[in-house]
Amino acid sequence: MFNKEDNALLDDNKGTTRREFIVRTSAFTAAITIAKYPVKTIVDKINQPEAGNVVVTINVNGKSKTLEIDARTTLLDALRENMHLTGTKKGCDRGQCGACTVLVDERRINSCLYLAAMCDGSKVTTIEGLGTEDNLHPMQQAFLKHDAFQCGYCTSGQICSAVGLLKEGHAKTDDDIRELMSGNICRCGAYQNILDAVKEVQNA
Amino acid sequence: MYPFTYIKAKTNKDAIAAIGSNTNAKFIGGGTNIVDLMKMNIEKPHQLVDITSLDLKKIETLSNGNVKIGALVRNSDLAYHKTIAEKFPMLSKALLAGASAQLRNMATAGGNILQRTRCYYFYDTATPCNKREPGSGCSAIKGYNRMHAILGTSDKCIATHPSDMCVALSALDAIVHVEGINGERTINFLDFHLLPGDTPEKENVLQQGELITAIEIPSSSFAKNSTYLKVRDRASYEFALTSAAVALDIHNGTISNARIALGGVGTKPWRAKEAEQSLINKKATTENFSAAANVALKDAVTYKYNAFKPQLAKQTIISALQMIGGNNG
Amino acid sequence: MDSIIGKPIDRKDGPLKVTGKAMYAAEWNIPNLAYGITIQSTITKGHINNIDTSAAEKLKGVLGVMTYKNAMQLHTLSGSDPSSGKFAEKDLLPFQSERIFYNGQHIAVVIAETFEVAEHAASLIKVTYNEEKPVFDINQPEAKIYQPQQGLGGTQVQVKRGDAEQGMSNASTKIEQTYNTPVYHHNPMEPHATSAVWNGDTLTVYDATQSVFGNKNAISTMLGIAPDKVRLISPFIGGGFGSKGFMWANSILAPMAAKFINRPVKIVLERTGQMFTCAGRRSFTIQKINLGTDNGGKLTSVKHETTSETSFVDEFVEPAGVATKMIYATPNLDITQNIVRLNKGTPCPTRAPGEAVGTYAFEVAMDELAEKLNIDPVQLRLINYAEKNPDDGHRFSSKNLKECYEKGAQSIGWSNRNIKPGSTKEGNFLVGYGMATATYPANRSKATVRLKLYQEGNAVAACCTQDIGTGTYTVMAQVMSDALGLPIDKVEFKLGDTIYPQGPNSGGSQTMATTGPAVRAAALTVKSKVIKLAVADKKSPLYNQTEDAISVDEGKLFVTSDNLKGETYSQILTRAKMPLVETEITTNVSTRETQKSESNPTTKQGGEQGGQGQQSGGQQGGSKDESKDNPFVKQDQDLDRSNVAFHSFGAQFVKVLVDPLTCMIKVDKVVSIMDVGQILNEKTAKSQIMGGAIFGIGMALMEGSVYDENTGRIVTRDLADYLVPVHADMPTFDVQFTNVKDEFISPVGARGAGEIGITGITAAIANAIYNATGKRVRDLPITPDKLIV
Repeated sequence: MFNKEDNALLDDNKGTTRREFIVRTSAFTAAITIAKYPVKTIVDKINQPEAGNVVVTINVNGKSKTLEIDARTTLLDALRENMHLTGTKKGCDRGQCGACTVLVDERRINSCLYLAAMCDGSKVTTIEGLGTEDNLHPMQQAFLKHDAFQCGYCTSGQICSAVGLLKEGHAKTDDDIRELMSGNICRCGAYQNILDAVKEVQNA
Repeated sequence: MYPFTYIKAKTNKDAIAAIGSNTNAKFIGGGTNIVDLMKMNIEKPHQLVDITSLDLKKIETLSNGNVKIGALVRNSDLAYHKTIAEKFPMLSKALLAGASAQLRNMATAGGNILQRTRCYYFYDTATPCNKREPGSGCSAIKGYNRMHAILGTSDKCIATHPSDMCVALSALDAIVHVEGINGERTINFLDFHLLPGDTPEKENVLQQGELITAIEIPSSSFAKNSTYLKVRDRASYEFALTSAAVALDIHNGTISNARIALGGVGTKPWRAKEAEQSLINKKATTENFSAAANVALKDAVTYKYNAFKPQLAKQTIISALQMIGGNNG
Repeated sequence: MDSIIGKPIDRKDGPLKVTGKAMYAAEWNIPNLAYGITIQSTITKGHINNIDTSAAEKLKGVLGVMTYKNAMQLHTLSGSDPSSGKFAEKDLLPFQSERIFYNGQHIAVVIAETFEVAEHAASLIKVTYNEEKPVFDINQPEAKIYQPQQGLGGTQVQVKRGDAEQGMSNASTKIEQTYNTPVYHHNPMEPHATSAVWNGDTLTVYDATQSVFGNKNAISTMLGIAPDKVRLISPFIGGGFGSKGFMWANSILAPMAAKFINRPVKIVLERTGQMFTCAGRRSFTIQKINLGTDNGGKLTSVKHETTSETSFVDEFVEPAGVATKMIYATPNLDITQNIVRLNKGTPCPTRAPGEAVGTYAFEVAMDELAEKLNIDPVQLRLINYAEKNPDDGHRFSSKNLKECYEKGAQSIGWSNRNIKPGSTKEGNFLVGYGMATATYPANRSKATVRLKLYQEGNAVAACCTQDIGTGTYTVMAQVMSDALGLPIDKVEFKLGDTIYPQGPNSGGSQTMATTGPAVRAAALTVKSKVIKLAVADKKSPLYNQTEDAISVDEGKLFVTSDNLKGETYSQILTRAKMPLVETEITTNVSTRETQKSESNPTTKQGGEQGGQGQQSGGQQGGSKDESKDNPFVKQDQDLDRSNVAFHSFGAQFVKVLVDPLTCMIKVDKVVSIMDVGQILNEKTAKSQIMGGAIFGIGMALMEGSVYDENTGRIVTRDLADYLVPVHADMPTFDVQFTNVKDEFISPVGARGAGEIGITGITAAIANAIYNATGKRVRDLPITPDKLIV
């Protein structure tokens, strides 16, 4: 059966703060087994990459990371699978939903249609880079306040998109915001609340 | 996705040389279409040449008043560019009617011209498609063809050209600048895309290894009074059921010059020259707009599920013309 | 004390969600994880002749290809209840034979070191088939239509009352119309995903499911291992809407694949194709409705005949007539349900299964009837208002629908509606107003909750249920906070893990109504234990007080009449040297008509308490169930509900704008006035209702799946071709609640709000479009082409 430690982590974490919850759950997964097959990702020394691979250096959320990855890897998969930054979501993998929206050099894009190889030298900001639970970005704070999400799966993309939208500066009216946020589908239907959140930050 | 080698080109010459005569090599710019097609195993290049570092990102007004748009200008930058928004509102509006803000931040002008159809069957590799696999048959003609073309079709292919931007470019008589191993040349936009005919897999006149470097838009008296109207099932982030890029030059209530191009109905961006001619020296009235719309759609051939398109396209033209010509009964 | 019940507090899980830290099924950082990609059949019926996996297996990084030839044998699962484990396709256990029942059926899993290699390898697998002639269209002569005995959970789907034919012939005004709704796909933003990790003979599964306990049971049964060898973890689900209610093949294929290569494996369905074939859908419906009234508009007879589809590997009924039997008073009724077996995947529940499409057809029919009678549509509803449940004559637990109509009409500006269609304009736009009644059952079932109050002054409760975006984490914390008298930041509710005691599946809008009373009883039990400690302790300022003389607020227990006399939970437990006080409580009340008599403890002989003698499934054991003779459980369970009908109600009002040339439709305003009992959190409740309305906008205006008429293969196979509403489709909203506590459903008084929002709304939109244009479109969705002249 499950070892005592595992149970303790998920069962009896009395009154955990959210931060503790994360630390403990990640400790829990680490406790299962130890990696036997280290997928070659973050590399120290750049040698000649294997055939079909590329070596890229990307500044992710302020930290420079050098990866040797399959040239086919999208930025989305590089973030989620290679760097374990799973805040960026895969909803359709075809540029049809916006869940994977991140900021590349401060512009919002769909990371599912963006090859990581093309990000060499770029600055990428994901949801994890906007703010933390203890220090939320104003847009994250506004989403929380206005209940601008339900299941939470499109939320990272919505927030990154909204940050990009305000930076672009083309939205003047409610209808502009609605139109320019239309690349982010929310199946739970939090659209009205998202609009309210974006407006609050815009007017702040 | 099939494996490929990836290289980044620094100059046009590097890029062109890297492709050379290799028919399994492709340029990648914004990536929004080719990466999608590669994921679907529709495009299987062995080599990708990243052209995003090339110096093709400028929008400049030439001495003759024409505007030259670098092939790597992103759709959003193009749409919001002051010159474009003021001189060619239909282009700006067409761009903003396409895709989403994120995709427009990625997609390039050159790539937009090359984007491939969204035909359901083209995208589903488990089904026959003459465009994807020449000779395999067309699943759309006898299948579900609600989104399909009614103009320029053949018995091999009825796939709709998906671009909004291209509809405006066709109305604006744009010129495509390309560069290849044998040097530079220009192609009139109206000649750039090919009708499917017997070879739907061949979509344009680009030769092996040619790189689109710029799109030039001639200055005109009519482009300032233009618009783009797109009709679709949802309000945004969708391909057109029908669309119209229209421009009118009106003097003393009489039309001296007109442009009408259609989207969502043609196998290529559809310029309706005969309809334009029918408006010359006419008053800008709904009756005349309606007559022109009838001319524009007179050759339409419909299929089981898109029989509505001629009428919807006509009403789209009328509505668009009313926006710029006034609603005069 | 200002109660936290109803307060629009921020979601407790919100900070995790807005920072991207909430962990969904495909996101656990599992060492040594391999990637599984599934391959689907490209024919619609027949047998696999051969699967050539050699090219795929030769690729560097490929770890194996699992097919029916080499997959482990599975055990048959017979259950049909999603709370205890329901595999969506009981006669198609994956990879057990070469038979193909539908286009898009899983036939292989390629497992590789990376996602990229697995995807590529999948494209190299060559399959040949022996094809047979499929039946995938109801219009094919081979399509056999039959009448099912019952719907999901034993729901009655063939209902007769009085004499419908006689009632119809006595009617002075009649209408007869047929309405069609297309196949709808749920499309939660998170695709179905499962990660499986074996550790010796025990299995940990990270799954995206609306039934954490059900899937654990189904997986263990299918694998033939003891339930306590399987742990299922699912703290966050990226939307479900019913598609994750039954278990689909991915949840069992991942454990099989992990065993196959002896490494953890993750399988995520692709949106393109896979989410449209292997993850359920809402069946199409063809609904024929006959209504007859007397001169005054009173219904004399109602007939509602529905035909929907199912597969050859299971039976699922989309019971569109389910609300018709209780929505209005009528003496004569005939509800008929037909289904047809087709070579397609099995449909499954989709947000308000039955009601969502049924209220569309029925409430449009009512609009047509109102027009024929020349009676205002609201007035027609009032004429036929059901004060008691027409189905069984029982009283409703709480029904305030008249108030909903009144407030809704006022908010939308119903008086501006011109009874003559196509006669109102705003600028270039045609304007229309429409309305409809919303209704959904108020379901409740069984839940067990473990609750611990710690010496530090905080409390944690746990129950293996789900938060699929509905707000369970938050509203359960509010119930805890209220019952314990602790600040909201001192309470935490945990869910989504089978180490916790079993709670309800997320289906039928029952999660909150079911879990809430158990949380409340557990909290009150613990509070009572602490008070008992204090009043027996000479050192306590509460010494010798009676229990009911004591109140709690902000963690402090005090004498109600003298609030200076008191002390905190912490002080009491510290002095008693008790690190914590805990309990485990089960409440078991069924409000479903079909189950009331069997599982409602109050009607059972001997009044057996729910939790007695049952291991609640929590693998920890630990706490003993303390439900027996528990006063808080008794107060709830002993209430006589035998003659009470449990339903929620609402009124939907819509204003639309239609462009007369392009025929594009804009829903301008939606007003939803909902009668769903006590509101626990105004903010999350409103979000539920708006979400339902937006689903309804999709159904009304753009959604609908198409299958190729020559092959039976799905055509609209991604989010570019299957349209769901986007930001730009949004109206303005006015969502209000009657907020009347339902004294019968539970001491918490709250009914679910997850599904009622989608009912009625589609009809209200369709009725508004008719009012705007004079065109009555009876085939959804209402797209521009259907309005063109």
